[in-house]
Amino acid sequence: MIRIANAAGFWGDSVTAPLRTVRATALDVLTLEYLAELTMSILARQREKDPAAGYATDFLRVLTSLAEELARQPQLHIVTNAGGMNPAACAAAAARILCQAGLEATPVAVVDGDDLLPHLDRILAATPLAHLDTCQPLGELRQRVVAANAYLGAVPIAEALTQQARVVITGRVADASLTLGPAVARFGWKWDDYDHLAAATVAGHLIECGAQSTGGFYTHWQEIDLAEVGYPVAELQADGLITLTKPEGTSGVVNRETVCEQLVYEIGDPACYRTPDVDVDFRYVEVEEVAPNRVQVRGARGSQPSDQYKVSLAYRDGYLASSQMLVYGRDCLAKADACAEIVFRQLAAEGITFADALVEKLGAGSAVPGVDQPPEGLREVMLRITVRHESKAAVERFAEMLVPLATSGPAGLAGYAALRPVVRPVFSYWPTLVPKDLLQPRVQVKAAKDWVQG
Amino acid sequence: MTDRPTARETATIRLGDVAHTRSGDKGNHANIGVIAYTRQGYEFLRRELTSERMAEYFAGLGTSRVERFELPGIGALNFVLYDCLAGGASRSLRIDTQGKLLGTAALELPLPRPANLAQMERRQP
Repeated sequence: MIRIANAAGFWGDSVTAPLRTVRATALDVLTLEYLAELTMSILARQREKDPAAGYATDFLRVLTSLAEELARQPQLHIVTNAGGMNPAACAAAAARILCQAGLEATPVAVVDGDDLLPHLDRILAATPLAHLDTCQPLGELRQRVVAANAYLGAVPIAEALTQQARVVITGRVADASLTLGPAVARFGWKWDDYDHLAAATVAGHLIECGAQSTGGFYTHWQEIDLAEVGYPVAELQADGLITLTKPEGTSGVVNRETVCEQLVYEIGDPACYRTPDVDVDFRYVEVEEVAPNRVQVRGARGSQPSDQYKVSLAYRDGYLASSQMLVYGRDCLAKADACAEIVFRQLAAEGITFADALVEKLGAGSAVPGVDQPPEGLREVMLRITVRHESKAAVERFAEMLVPLATSGPAGLAGYAALRPVVRPVFSYWPTLVPKDLLQPRVQVKAAKDWVQG
Repeated sequence: MTDRPTARETATIRLGDVAHTRSGDKGNHANIGVIAYTRQGYEFLRRELTSERMAEYFAGLGTSRVERFELPGIGALNFVLYDCLAGGASRSLRIDTQGKLLGTAALELPLPRPANLAQMERRQP
C-alpha cells in the first residue's frame, strides 16, 4: 500500500495545510499542485524579468515549514509541480532551504523538458500546433506566445523516485501524474498495465484539487465544518483499489457525495479521460462508503494513450481591468446602468471605445447570465464594469473613470475606498497537441547541496 | 407505475431535489456533473434532463452546443457546455470566469414532478 496526500490544489491554496497534513498522518508521498491552466503565462513573464524567477514561490514557504518533518519522517517524499517555468531555479532555492535545515544530502529531482518555447520554431516546422477546437493553425499568433508547455506524464516522476529522490520538482505535468508516478515507482507496474495506471490516475484526479474531495465546494456544505478541513489522502493498493480518506482530527467529510462531486470535476467524455500515460474510462467507476470518512473507489479501466502530448499555450491578448462600486437605493438597478453609461460616454468623448466590455450587476442575477432575474424590492447591487483592449493606455484610462463618480455621480454610491483597479495583461489560451517524439522529458537527481552549487 | 407527472400532479421539482452537482472549466468550455441521489433518480434524469433541456436553461451564457455523457457506475450525467465561458479563465470579463457557479445554478433547473419522487430524494445522513 502507498499513502499519498495532496495539500495544495492551486497556487493560492492554504500554505499551512501541508504541515498540518504531514503532522496529522503518516504519508509516503505529499503532493503539491500549483499550476492552473494560465499560471504558466504569469510565471513566464516573471522569468522574462528575472532569469532566477518563474516558479511557484509559495512552495518555498511550505518547504521551510516541512523541513523538520522531513528530517523526522524518513519515508516521506514530496512531489510537486511548483517548478513552473523554471524547475531548476526552484530546485536551487528549495535546496538552500534543505541545507539550512541540515538536510544537505537529500536527493532532489528536477523534471523538465515540458517547455516548448526554446524549440518552438523547430516544433512549428513539424506541426502547425492547431487549436484543439477550431483546428486553426497557430500562424501569426506565434509572435505573441508567452508560454507553451506540454503536459508531461508520470514516467519521469517515477524515474526520479526510482533514483531515490525525496523531493521531486517538475514543470508542467498532468496533475494526476503527481500521484501516478509514485504509485508506479512503488508497485513496479508496467507502462502498458493500463487498468492499474487508470486506477492511480483516478486517485490523482480525486486528490488534485485539495479539499474539493473532503468537503470543500460540497453541495451540502451546511452539514459540515470547513474551518479545519482535512486534505485528501489516497491509499492505493498494488491491485488498484483506492481508499480515499483524510487525516484524523480534521474537519470536513469524505463520503460518497464529496468523492462523486470531485470525480466529475472538469471532465469531458467520461469514456476517455485523456492523460499522457493512459486514457481512462470513468463510466463504470464505483464509489462506496466503507467506514466514516473512508470511501473505496474501483472500476476504472485504462487503455493506450495517444502519441501526442496536450499543450497549454498562452499568447498576449491586450489588457484588462475591472472596476466595482456598491450602488444603493430602491432605484439601484437604473442607477447602476446610469453610472456605467456615464463612464462609457466620458471615454467615448476622449475617443476611447471598447468592443470588449461587460457591465454586471452582482446581486441582481448577473453571476450566471440569463438564469436568474433581479429580486423584487432589491435595494443594493454591486456594479462591476470590466473591459479589455489591445491598448494598455485605453484600459488605464478606463481604470481612472469609475472612482470619480463617488462625488460626481448619483446619490447612493459606496465602496470607492478601493480606488483604481489594477490593469493586467490578458493571456489567451490556445489548447493544442504536440507529437510526443518532438520533446525530450528530462530527469536530474542530485543531492540538495549540489543543487545549491548549481 | 410511471415517473411521468399525472394530469392532477403537474407541479415541478428542482433538479436539486434529486441530484447534487459540481461544475468546472476546460478552456472556454465548462462541464456540469449531475449526480443522482438514487438509482431511480438517475433513470429519471436520463429521461428528463436532456442536453436540449440544459442548453435551454443556460441559453444566456452563449453556449454553442451541449453534449451529455453518462456515468452509470455512480449514477451521474456529465454535461459539456461548449464555448460558454466568454473566452475562459484569463480572457473572460465575467465575475465567474471558470463556470464555478454553473453547478449551483443547475440545482434550480425545474423538472416535471415524478410520481415516485420519494424514491429519488436524498436520504438524510
